[in-house]
Amino acid sequence: MTTQPDQTAEPQPAPGLRLRGMTKRFGSLVANDAIDLDIEPGRIHCLLGENGAGKSTLMNVLYGLLQPDEGEITVDGEPVRIGSPKQAMAAGIGMVHQHFMLVDVFTVAENLVLGREGGALLDMRRARRTVRELSDRYGFAVDPDAVIEDLPVGVQQRVEILKALANDARFLIFDEPTAVLTPQETDELIAVIKSLRDEGRAIVFITHKLREVRELADTITVIRRGKVVGTAEPGESEAKLAELMVGRSVNLTVAKAAPATEGDPRLVVRGLSVTGPTGVPVVRDVDLDVHGGEIVCIAGVQGNGQTELAEALLGTVPVSAGGVELDGTPITRLTPRQRIDLGLGFVPEDRQRDGFVGSFSVAENLVLNHVTEPPYASGIGLRVDRIRAEALDRVAEFDIRTQSVDTPVSALSGGNQQKVVLAREMSRPLAVMIANQPTRGVDVGAIEFLHARLVAERDRGTAVVIVSTELDEVIALADRIVVMCGGRIVGIVPANTSREVLGLMMAGVSADEAMRTAATTTEDVNEVIT
Amino acid sequence: MSGTATVPDSGAPAPAGKQPTAPPPRANRGFPWTELATTVAAFVLAFLVGALLMIFSDPKILSQPQYFGYLATQKVVSAYGALIDGSVGSWQAITESTAQAAPLICGGLGVGLAFRAGLFNIGGQGQAIWGAILAAYVGFSWHLPPVVQLVVAVIAGVLGGAVWGGLVGWLKARTGAHEVIVTIMLNYVAAGLLGYLLTTSAFQRPGRTDPISPVVDWNATFPRLAGSQLHLGFVLALLAAVAVWWILDRSTIGFTIKAVGANPNAAATAGMSVARTTIIAMTLAGALAGLAGVQAALGPTTGGTPVPLSNGIVGTIGFDAITVALLGRSRPLGTVLAGLLFGALHAGGLAMQSIAQTPLTLTTVLQALIVMFVAAPMLVTKLLPFLRGRRVGTGVPSSSGGLA
Repeated sequence: MTTQPDQTAEPQPAPGLRLRGMTKRFGSLVANDAIDLDIEPGRIHCLLGENGAGKSTLMNVLYGLLQPDEGEITVDGEPVRIGSPKQAMAAGIGMVHQHFMLVDVFTVAENLVLGREGGALLDMRRARRTVRELSDRYGFAVDPDAVIEDLPVGVQQRVEILKALANDARFLIFDEPTAVLTPQETDELIAVIKSLRDEGRAIVFITHKLREVRELADTITVIRRGKVVGTAEPGESEAKLAELMVGRSVNLTVAKAAPATEGDPRLVVRGLSVTGPTGVPVVRDVDLDVHGGEIVCIAGVQGNGQTELAEALLGTVPVSAGGVELDGTPITRLTPRQRIDLGLGFVPEDRQRDGFVGSFSVAENLVLNHVTEPPYASGIGLRVDRIRAEALDRVAEFDIRTQSVDTPVSALSGGNQQKVVLAREMSRPLAVMIANQPTRGVDVGAIEFLHARLVAERDRGTAVVIVSTELDEVIALADRIVVMCGGRIVGIVPANTSREVLGLMMAGVSADEAMRTAATTTEDVNEVIT
Repeated sequence: MSGTATVPDSGAPAPAGKQPTAPPPRANRGFPWTELATTVAAFVLAFLVGALLMIFSDPKILSQPQYFGYLATQKVVSAYGALIDGSVGSWQAITESTAQAAPLICGGLGVGLAFRAGLFNIGGQGQAIWGAILAAYVGFSWHLPPVVQLVVAVIAGVLGGAVWGGLVGWLKARTGAHEVIVTIMLNYVAAGLLGYLLTTSAFQRPGRTDPISPVVDWNATFPRLAGSQLHLGFVLALLAAVAVWWILDRSTIGFTIKAVGANPNAAATAGMSVARTTIIAMTLAGALAGLAGVQAALGPTTGGTPVPLSNGIVGTIGFDAITVALLGRSRPLGTVLAGLLFGALHAGGLAMQSIAQTPLTLTTVLQALIVMFVAAPMLVTKLLPFLRGRRVGTGVPSSSGGLA
């Protein structure tokens, strides 16, 4: 485990990894267009860009997963050819993938020797020792004998990092590493990355989250539509970075008028409980009223019953107790089809899994949940012309960037896929809209647009429920905030509640107590600062 | 966005204020040239391997190494010559191919339709057996007027297959039983029931002790074009293919079937009933396989009358159907072409056996090799590297290709 403290070495071949004129084409699409990039030891290089800008393509080229059409890669001045991940590893390049490349049923140590077996005998003892040594050195607390599938996501990511470190990677690529992490896990990861930088490793950090860039970056390169459009100073404002990334100025706050909540609530939930597949209650005795014309955000750390609550409202998860009314109609015993027909809109948490059929075209996905109704069907026949016409309208209205309405949705970027899902739900009159993580994995430009659409839906008189683990989003959108922990509602608080209070409530502290605690700690902090 | 702007076309300049991301890959839904090229290549390779097998399994050729080249060439030319002759060499041969193809097309459609719903229907065999049993029963015992008896027999057979297939869908929807296991077991049940029925007085031909039924009435036999083997069954197979195309591509039922097959979670979230769709898909698949059985029971042989019901009435239609669906990529047109191909191979194989003294089983080997090479396109492009240029040229990255 040697590090490279040779920053002061002779000036001739500057140490580091250099990309010159990297170009990668997919058919007529130029994913990377003559990109230059310098990755230097002891620095964190943030690669910023929207989804689909070509960041991951560039890194997959660098890691040998894709072959470039043009361009040169040099390591410490020596040209190298990277034809496979194995050659990338040999060149000192390690990658922590967005979707982990781990074998779920293997232990941590077994995953470490994977691909490096070398000979007939597995040296498991050495692998275990390596895990322990590295884990101690970086404060990872990873048990070498733990099975991957039993570990939380944050720890699995550390195993990915361990794999790269065990190879003694000098250049570490993190591909959107925080997308799957809780705020706390993100903070811990940031600390780890900084310590890796401080011991002389070169870090490439790919993201579209501006907050992280400002916290981490030593160098920022912004990529848009396959090209480097500029570099920015770490101290640059978020608005400025967003502008570079999207190519126009972006409004990071959501403009909305005061909610108009009149009359009876459109969604009424009483004593709702859901039992999970293992027999453990995951939603406990939830009461909730949502009026037309207001946005209620459900905040909480992921896995505290929000998703099950949302799915129970749609009817894809069975309810163990309690009831739901939509505009006064009891819907607890209705099928999802019937609830959708009554005006329930639903944006699932995991769009890949539940939101669309990837092999279906944009047009087909835009009518996925109302294809059997006129004008899209007559009898059991499909009105293909009507479906296409509708799709052309939606694509224009929601600014869905797609080659055509016949393109499979799987070929769109994440943000545009999400626009397809939202466009589908909002293309019919709704009574209640339930949106679970409506902007997860979506780039800044698209978030701005989707938020505006959700507010517009509220102003149309729909009762909007948004489940989000992103506090920024909750604070930006909510008229009221419901905090959930352990399947229960901890409290319902107004939209102007501070982050500290919300954070404490997300950990299960009651609203009153959280406000008291937050008040005192803020004072403490103020004292320390002054 | 108040824009009523048109959809940005791939090449068109973007309207002001819009910065379309680079066009996504893989919108190419044109004619699948690459697939066709691979299929043809798979063919050529399969015939090459078949030729090698013929040569090296013939002791006469191996015992006379001095005439190896001559004998080997003669052997291959005569065998494949007979194969071509017997499949497309004459009008008679061509219609024999269509007759052989008809049940394969129907069965292949049944397997393919289930595939599109995400179901692996191994039960074509059992469903076809029920189709044959009921069609034959109506055919030899009901003695209805012309046309009527044929229509009733066909409907009875199709219903038999539909019920046998629907049962699988119902079991899966209600109990979660895996369709592969259930269909395999129901194949045994259907075969066993056929064997039993053939010992009962309702089915067994009077005066016979072996398990064979009376001959199907003339009124229930598929009429054929004079002097050929082109019979109504083949027309029904083509109509079935058109119907399946319409269901899959132009009806809400097919839309639902494909959605459930491609992503059951998203389908359920969109309010579709996965259970109901499973039952519908398996019922339709069973009906199509049942029609394959009807073909076996009512299709005229060269002698003019259909084969009477016996234990081997449907042969291995149910399993050949899986091969046909695989080669046809579960698409109706592909299935028709694959069915015709295998029908031709079968018809030609019979000629090859009688004229070139090459066993019929070689055609089975050829079928298997073709499908294997088609299923392993990587292997084909490795063996025939010039095809690789084509594949890359289409600019289609694999589905897992990393485009962020």
